[in-house]
Amino acid sequence: MAVSMQVDIVSAEGEIFSGKAEMLFAQAADGEVGIMPHHTQFLSQLKPGTVRVVSGDEEDHFYISGGIIEIQPTMVTVLADSAIRAADLDEAEANAAKQRAVEAMDNAKSDTDIARAQVELAEAVAQIQAISKLRDRLHKTGMA
Amino acid sequence: MASGSKEIRAKISSVTNTKKITKAMEMVAASKMRKAQARMEATKPYVEKVKRVIAHVAGAHPEYKHPYTQPRATVKRVGLVVISSDRGLCGGLNSNLFRAILPKLKAWKEQGVVVELALVGNKAQTFFRSYGGNIVATVSDLGDAPHIEDLVGTIKVVLDKFDQGDIDEVYLASNEFVNTMTQKPNVQMLVPLQAEENTNEGHWDYLYEPDAPTALNLLMRRYIEATVFGSVVENASCEQGARMVAMKSATDNAGDMINELKLSYNKARQAAITAEISEIVAGSAAV
Repeated sequence: MAVSMQVDIVSAEGEIFSGKAEMLFAQAADGEVGIMPHHTQFLSQLKPGTVRVVSGDEEDHFYISGGIIEIQPTMVTVLADSAIRAADLDEAEANAAKQRAVEAMDNAKSDTDIARAQVELAEAVAQIQAISKLRDRLHKTGMA
Repeated sequence: MASGSKEIRAKISSVTNTKKITKAMEMVAASKMRKAQARMEATKPYVEKVKRVIAHVAGAHPEYKHPYTQPRATVKRVGLVVISSDRGLCGGLNSNLFRAILPKLKAWKEQGVVVELALVGNKAQTFFRSYGGNIVATVSDLGDAPHIEDLVGTIKVVLDKFDQGDIDEVYLASNEFVNTMTQKPNVQMLVPLQAEENTNEGHWDYLYEPDAPTALNLLMRRYIEATVFGSVVENASCEQGARMVAMKSATDNAGDMINELKLSYNKARQAAITAEISEIVAGSAAV
């Protein structure tokens, strides 16, 4: 058997591939790279495209919508994004999250009594815990 | 007396209906929990692999040090990401988490540290709306199968603030899934990353594409996103587990209540019959 390296391809929602391979091709930031065992340490952004894993006569293709590739001499890790990510899309998401926060703050007046009661209860319990901790400490030091 | 027993009968049937509902919710939660647990397991490889890469990066001797690995000298403002459930009826899951957060908030307040909140889930929003606090980003209604894309915006708001120096530390508060019966509220530091001991020998560094800041920045962001996403998925398992337990005890309580009501119904019935008989006896004696 030829020299091989461990290849792991994972996305946030599950494992995609894990096994030995003799060669791997991926779309790195500055163009396609072909990786063989004992490659030097390499860290790159991945462009959307196919990752090809070659082991023996078999060749596996995985479509990746971007991510990160990390290469160690005997180990390749592909961290795949589970969806296409673009800077402006992320920005839009961030703005939406901010907007929701502003709305949440604005709606603060229309609170239900239950929520308020919950807050008060939590605060009261936190106080009790703090007091009982203090008491324990006093007991230990023999001051009580 | 007859009206008393009628009222009890109505109550019994209403409690029986409630019991049916809680029983159904218990079974739904049990089945959803199995799926949520499978999802939780599925996210683990990614988090593990990102952690492995980060550990490698920490072991390298890079010329460029990423800001997320550098603790700041003074902490004036912190970000807190709170992960809660969207729905209630899951026992003390959310209240326990908030209870764990409050002492931290108090401590920060005493030190004059300003807290900015990023909230995941409806329950955290309702809570902090009443409690007060500076909410900078929210996301809710993630459903049973959350996707990482839903969280990207919220995380970006917090990390951008960190990049701009608006906040100096980021914390993550969520429930840890110990087992079906037990969930543990947990507040952990997210940024700066606690760098592990550098045990690697040799002086190597990566080749970076396109360049070190871009590649490392992407890696750090993905790591944080994966950690937060992992917690959201874990919290979903916790939610179903907590709901299952809460609904089981509600079902049991409903059963106890029905038994008690049945007893008092029978007593009322017996009393009514006794009263009737004594009336008849008294009536016949009078004749």
